[in-house]
Amino acid sequence: MDLQYSEAYQEFRREVQVFLAGWPLQAEEAKLSAEEQEALFRARAIEAGFVYRDIPKQYGGAGCEPDGLKDAIVREEFYRAGAPGNLPTQGAGMLAPTLLEFGSEAQKKRFIPPALTGEEAWCQGYSEPGSGSDLASLQCSARLDGDHWVVNGQKIWTSNAHEADFMFGLFRTEPDASKHAGISYLLVDMKSPGIDVRPLREMTGSSEFTEVFFDDVRVPAENLVGKRGEGWAVSRATLVHERNLIGNPNMMRETFDDLVELARNTIRNGRPAIEDAHVRQRLVEVEGYVRTAETSNMRQFSASVRGEPLKAMRPMMMAKLYGTDTVQMLQAVAYDLLGSEGMLAPTEEDIRGWSRSNTPTGWVEAYIFSLGPAIAGGASNIQLNIIGERGYGLPRDLRPPAK
Amino acid sequence: MDFGLTEEQEMLQETVCGFVNNECPPTRLREIFDSGTGYDAALWGGMAEMGLAGLVVPGAYGGAGMEVLDLALVAEVLGGAALPGPFIGHSLASLAIALGGDEAQKQQWLPGLAEGSTVGTVAFCEQGSAWEPEAWRATRRDDRVSGRKLYVPHADVADLLVVGVEGGELLLVERNGDGVELLGMDGIDRTRPVFQVDLVDSPCQVLCDGAGIAGRVRDAGLVLLAADSFGAASKLIDLSVEYAGTREQFGFKIGQFQAVKHQLARLGTDIEPTRALFWHAAYAADHLPQEAAHSAALAKSHITDRAMSTARMAVELYGGLGFTWECDVQMWFKRAMFNRAFLGTPEAHRERCAALAGW
Ligand SMILES: Cc1cc2nc3c(=O)[nH]c(=O)nc-3n(C[C@H](O)[C@H](O)[C@H](O)COP(=O)(O)OP(=O)(O)OC[C@H]3O[C@@H](n4cnc5c(N)ncnc54)[C@H](O)[C@@H]3O)c2cc1C
Repeated sequence: MDLQYSEAYQEFRREVQVFLAGWPLQAEEAKLSAEEQEALFRARAIEAGFVYRDIPKQYGGAGCEPDGLKDAIVREEFYRAGAPGNLPTQGAGMLAPTLLEFGSEAQKKRFIPPALTGEEAWCQGYSEPGSGSDLASLQCSARLDGDHWVVNGQKIWTSNAHEADFMFGLFRTEPDASKHAGISYLLVDMKSPGIDVRPLREMTGSSEFTEVFFDDVRVPAENLVGKRGEGWAVSRATLVHERNLIGNPNMMRETFDDLVELARNTIRNGRPAIEDAHVRQRLVEVEGYVRTAETSNMRQFSASVRGEPLKAMRPMMMAKLYGTDTVQMLQAVAYDLLGSEGMLAPTEEDIRGWSRSNTPTGWVEAYIFSLGPAIAGGASNIQLNIIGERGYGLPRDLRPPAK
Repeated sequence: MDFGLTEEQEMLQETVCGFVNNECPPTRLREIFDSGTGYDAALWGGMAEMGLAGLVVPGAYGGAGMEVLDLALVAEVLGGAALPGPFIGHSLASLAIALGGDEAQKQQWLPGLAEGSTVGTVAFCEQGSAWEPEAWRATRRDDRVSGRKLYVPHADVADLLVVGVEGGELLLVERNGDGVELLGMDGIDRTRPVFQVDLVDSPCQVLCDGAGIAGRVRDAGLVLLAADSFGAASKLIDLSVEYAGTREQFGFKIGQFQAVKHQLARLGTDIEPTRALFWHAAYAADHLPQEAAHSAALAKSHITDRAMSTARMAVELYGGLGFTWECDVQMWFKRAMFNRAFLGTPEAHRERCAALAGW
């Protein structure tokens, strides 16, 4: 164990810092729109070998040797500077790694570069009204007709489908095969005729997810990723990337620091709440979980850098549940600190972005929102099944006999 | 940058694990537990022979010259075995002298402690859960000390007591010295019996840098308790998983009922990630002086608390059997009780964390 970085990595960190002196942009460039500025800087960061480090150059990445430590240094420094790094989108975070693993050469060339820049936005079409946790029971069908798939059915809870250019999704292509073996992974152009996207409103007041209806939608046959009937395996790989996106302990630490600020600024019985013994206890109790998530993440990270990921198998399985539980616990403390302001509704500004806002209504929004990740990407009960069965070898659930 | 164990550290844990599995399987543990002595000379001798008595004693004085992390890794294994014996008090006493003793004191005491032929322990607590150096009221006049210390582990087999007194000073007192009186306190954890120690004008040596290092010794103690609790809780989870896979009701293994499976998965998720929390606190004790106190207090409060609730749930999962004296679960349950209270409760250390963070 050694938490110091070696000289070579310290040198790398200095290079990153020097590069980051170029953010925010100056002079003429500062007059561009926010999106243009981010795109411009991100392109420079890829060129310099800091962003999308291990994605090959021909697909729009930096084409460097994979190096988890360098990735971590870049993440830390970019985060500190507030500079645009790897996009935290479904396209860059989930689709790109999935295509790198399973996609054809043509698919990689066509789809990865614009997903990385964000020029093309992606949504994830998995869940259906009758198929959530039991995803493999999905019914939305795709039938091969000449050189096209013809898609019919419905997806639901599809985040950001109304803004997406493409969907990666799971469709039943082999109706006669068994449940898991009948599914294929397809890439669907959201501008195709026959697609109808209807917004749904979340309980926060925001409209991020949608229902998507397919009526004889034609998808080119070459948009199949992996083989016919092997979509389940492809989607499992995506899921790992999704859980990695959800279980990010850096964000947790930030939110905890904000919570401490909230406790400082909240007045209770004429004194800052942070001086109240009960509040102090609850804060440190939450910090125990936050710190555990952080250090356990370091442990998983080092195990994978060493090439010994199996040594941190259990904490890896637990990371999503641990993270979503911890954030909910944290938000519950914040909500109590709000007192009567907890009766206010989130404002338009609070619900619009992913950015944190430390206003009372911003905390209300975060309190409600913290339930979402506990449901998405495998609900907590499903995580518990995975931990119990694969982590501890407990018997599988009682199930009805296969039909 | 690497947050993992070295091969040597993994081997150390394996070796100690092999030793305790051979020398103190549950049947032997039960015998010692029921005897009420909390001590087995052969077991302690075996540990000493492996060098476990002198882990943090510098090489120059016959020890292994290791760090708090190594000590914690051993504590984890001992907690997993609920191993009876004076390891924790002995290790802290040795550390106190290694950190705060003058040359003469080191030469006088460390070789014996490293060998295990001299057994050490720490006498910190006073009336009213006064564990912290600032709260110590026992007094020294020149080379004599008077006061009442409580919850001193294994004082009966110890030769040397490291005693905390007013001003946060640490003293060395020989148990056989004048005016040292022991009274058994009938502790709940029969693997680590505790004593009241009354000192009346007892002869003592002053650790030259005692006041400077009392906090560091306390921090190391907190880390060891966290590690021991992690080991104990992990063992309780393993026992519960095993039981859930054999006990049948309603025609099924109880582990097949999702309520039971989820209870176990929750226990696992509550405990397994905290391995990293105590690793980090142990590392901080030697390498991150700015963070050490906070890290140790956080690990102790969080892990000993989680371990206690794990132990309670383990009893429930065993049903009526779990509630019996006969069931092994109680031995780890009581280990967890000791770890939670010794050196101060989770609540006390959370308040310290808050203060250390400047809140
Ligand atoms: C914020 C948010 C964003 C989302 N974004 C997307 C997206 O972009 N694309 C997409 O495809 N989907 C998305 N989803 C959908 C999400 O993946 C599903 O909601 C989730 O998989 C659960 O499915 P369900 O809603 O049908 O609930 P159900 O599966 O019906 O579950 C209902 C309850 O039953 C429990 N349960 C179910 N099965 C079991 C079992 N075997 N044992 C014990 N308990 C069980 C669950 O834990 C849950 O508490 C999103 C959801 C949310 C909340």
